[in-house]
Amino acid sequence: MKKIKKIKIKINGKIKSINQDSNLSLVLKNLKIPLNKVAIELNEEIIDKKKISKIKLNKNDKIEIVHFIGGG
Amino acid sequence: MVNLKKDSLIIANKKFNSRLIVGTGKYKSMSECAKAIKLSGAEIVTVAVRRVNISDKNKPLLMDYIDPKKITYLPNTAGCFNSKEALRTLRLAREIGGWKLVKLEVLGDKKNLFPDMIETLKSTEVLAKEGFKVMVYCNDDPLMAKRLENSGADAIMPLAAPIGSGLGIQNKINIQIIRKQTKLPLIIDAGLGQASDAAIAMELGCDGVLVNTAIAKAKKPFEMALAFKNAVIAGRQSFKSGRIDKILMGNPSSPSKGII
Repeated sequence: MKKIKKIKIKINGKIKSINQDSNLSLVLKNLKIPLNKVAIELNEEIIDKKKISKIKLNKNDKIEIVHFIGGG
Repeated sequence: MVNLKKDSLIIANKKFNSRLIVGTGKYKSMSECAKAIKLSGAEIVTVAVRRVNISDKNKPLLMDYIDPKKITYLPNTAGCFNSKEALRTLRLAREIGGWKLVKLEVLGDKKNLFPDMIETLKSTEVLAKEGFKVMVYCNDDPLMAKRLENSGADAIMPLAAPIGSGLGIQNKINIQIIRKQTKLPLIIDAGLGQASDAAIAMELGCDGVLVNTAIAKAKKPFEMALAFKNAVIAGRQSFKSGRIDKILMGNPSSPSKGII
């Protein structure tokens, strides 16, 4: 069997290694992100959460996942 | 009996019964925060937008403690020092679940935490055009408050004193001038230290107050939450009741006729 190639991306400032053919939905699922409580940016552009399964990730992509925390 | 129930606070066409807005930061725990909010009677709470902790997936989430269906979340831009950062933060906040009512706060100095009013004005204009309902943290400057109003702000929120300082309202005259010139909701945001500060704000004619540190960092946050709730109601009631004129000399409360 052919070995799956890995690529490196950045999620919330941390470098992660993912399978080359993964889409955004899969990556978020693996991180157990509760989609209804977050917003997602890919390379500083806001992503429509309904379309994440169609978004392919590339080497050096930067993902930001944010949510609400306590603040004044 | 004065019916305060009919005296609602209206922000961007939404009605609220409580005139106390509270922050959700600086509490010892999420459960302490949730209980304090309940006791305060607040219907709007400010929240910050931050990165999800992807390495600790079991970390408690604010939304699990404070139900956004019951309490209005007011996303803020705390920690933003320019318009670009503030816009990015609020666009993300809207994306989390359709939040349009937001608190804009663009800071200009890391020590005194005063707002950068030039960046704040720029951001207000853009946000209003994008359909946001913007409640704006600002200086207690009547001219800037007017400009914000003209830029599409939905509420003017001047500071009482620096954020977290607990100094209380430092410039009552400016607050009164802003009150006179605007029909927009006027909410004192930042710098209150104790419940009486909130009552004073309400007596000056403000529509509400926003408090975080004074409750969260009080020795007894639950009791202080209740104290602020009562102070806001008392202050509002006092304002609506029409205070007496001030005079220099004494005026006896008992009749001077019939003294034996």
